[in-house]
Amino acid sequence: MTKQQANWSPYDFNGGTCVAVAGADYCVIAADTRMSTGYNILTRDYSKICKLADKSLLASSGFQADVRALQKNLEARHQIYQHQHNKQMSCPAMAQLLSNTLYYKRFFPYYAFNVLGGLDNEGKGCVFTYDAVGSYEKVGYSSQGSGSKLIMPFLDNQLKSPSPLLLPAQDAVTPLSELEAIDLVKTAFASATERDIYTGDKLEIVVLNREGIRREYMELRKD
Amino acid sequence: MDPNSRLVMEDSQRTLTPYVTGTSVIGIKYKDGVLIAADMGGSYGSTLRYKSVERLKAIGKHSLLGASGEISDFQELLRYLDGLILYDNMWDDGNSLGPKEVHSYLTRVMYNRRNKFNPLWNSLVLGGVKNGQKYLGTVNMIGVHYQDNHVATGFGNHLAIPILRDEWREDLSFEEGVRLLEKCMRVLIYRDRSAINKLQIAKITAEGVTISPPYSLKTFWEFSAFKNPTAGAEGSW
Repeated sequence: MTKQQANWSPYDFNGGTCVAVAGADYCVIAADTRMSTGYNILTRDYSKICKLADKSLLASSGFQADVRALQKNLEARHQIYQHQHNKQMSCPAMAQLLSNTLYYKRFFPYYAFNVLGGLDNEGKGCVFTYDAVGSYEKVGYSSQGSGSKLIMPFLDNQLKSPSPLLLPAQDAVTPLSELEAIDLVKTAFASATERDIYTGDKLEIVVLNREGIRREYMELRKD
Repeated sequence: MDPNSRLVMEDSQRTLTPYVTGTSVIGIKYKDGVLIAADMGGSYGSTLRYKSVERLKAIGKHSLLGASGEISDFQELLRYLDGLILYDNMWDDGNSLGPKEVHSYLTRVMYNRRNKFNPLWNSLVLGGVKNGQKYLGTVNMIGVHYQDNHVATGFGNHLAIPILRDEWREDLSFEEGVRLLEKCMRVLIYRDRSAINKLQIAKITAEGVTISPPYSLKTFWEFSAFKNPTAGAEGSW
């Protein structure tokens, strides 16, 4: 009998876009809530943002099953950390843990594209951006996932981060106020949704500042 | 055959193509719980090999499972779940696994098997009610999972979901829910060649699980376009 099925693949791509912006005393983490496979929308309401610790939030897109496994792994590791140290993990520590966790599966990777946002020990916003196998960099803002090629140049244009080549190293946090940053993220997603079929339905925005965590939602195009 | 793939074959057998498969499963939440529908066909490739396959099963007291894909893998999975429910029962502590826990378990089993490149070739729909909370979720053979008010597998994703997005409501009565599922199943019978007109609808509420006996839907094949499908392709027989 001739083969009717395509070869089985352990991976899928479920789309989604993540953005994080760091400010002097806040961090904005956002992602859409659409989950797709191919031309199908599986569900319009799936959160891609995961609270890993009091001051670190992870937004991830890519292959949903891997993303969930990664989140569960980090949650478990953070639980152990709390038992051993009797405190919450800091955002830079979580960033290193995430890198190591991704690289641990270097030769059968988690197909996950992550942006980690949070506040550092001084209460300053920080953003870490990753590839699927754990390379990471501390930046002032970043975008990952299916809409990143539309959003990233827009953020570059609007936020003009200081060159990482400058010496002495310049602070990467954006000069925007919290409300300006939220507006910028909303605009970025509204635009990406126009052209990226894997982005849409709803935008989930999580804001982290010294008051704590705040969540807001914005409707996006559903087509 | 290249030497690498022979190595794999000699070490073990894996489901990298399915044998006997079931087609779509559709699930919806309704006023008092969850309804799941599936037909009873078992396809051997494109041959309709079995016509009385039960693809809806109760799991413990609070859950209902529907499966599409490889039937043998589903029946193996039912053995795992039997073990799980039995073990949970033996604690005799008055606690029992709810649909959320069973779905989580299924999700981990499916994902673990894909990590071993030895998948259970199924798309599953799990519904249930516990502590007044309705639950409806799905998981596929590589571990992708989510919850929603209505879910479907396979062709159902293409043909039933658009109908459900149009017509599903939170406060659907049992009769309305059944009618909505039948509308979806009828479309599948017409348009999915693996779907057959012998189906079951199962209900789960706080009171427990009821799986309907097999029955058929009324269909109408007398449309002129159905009567002579090759009229526009003269020269073929």
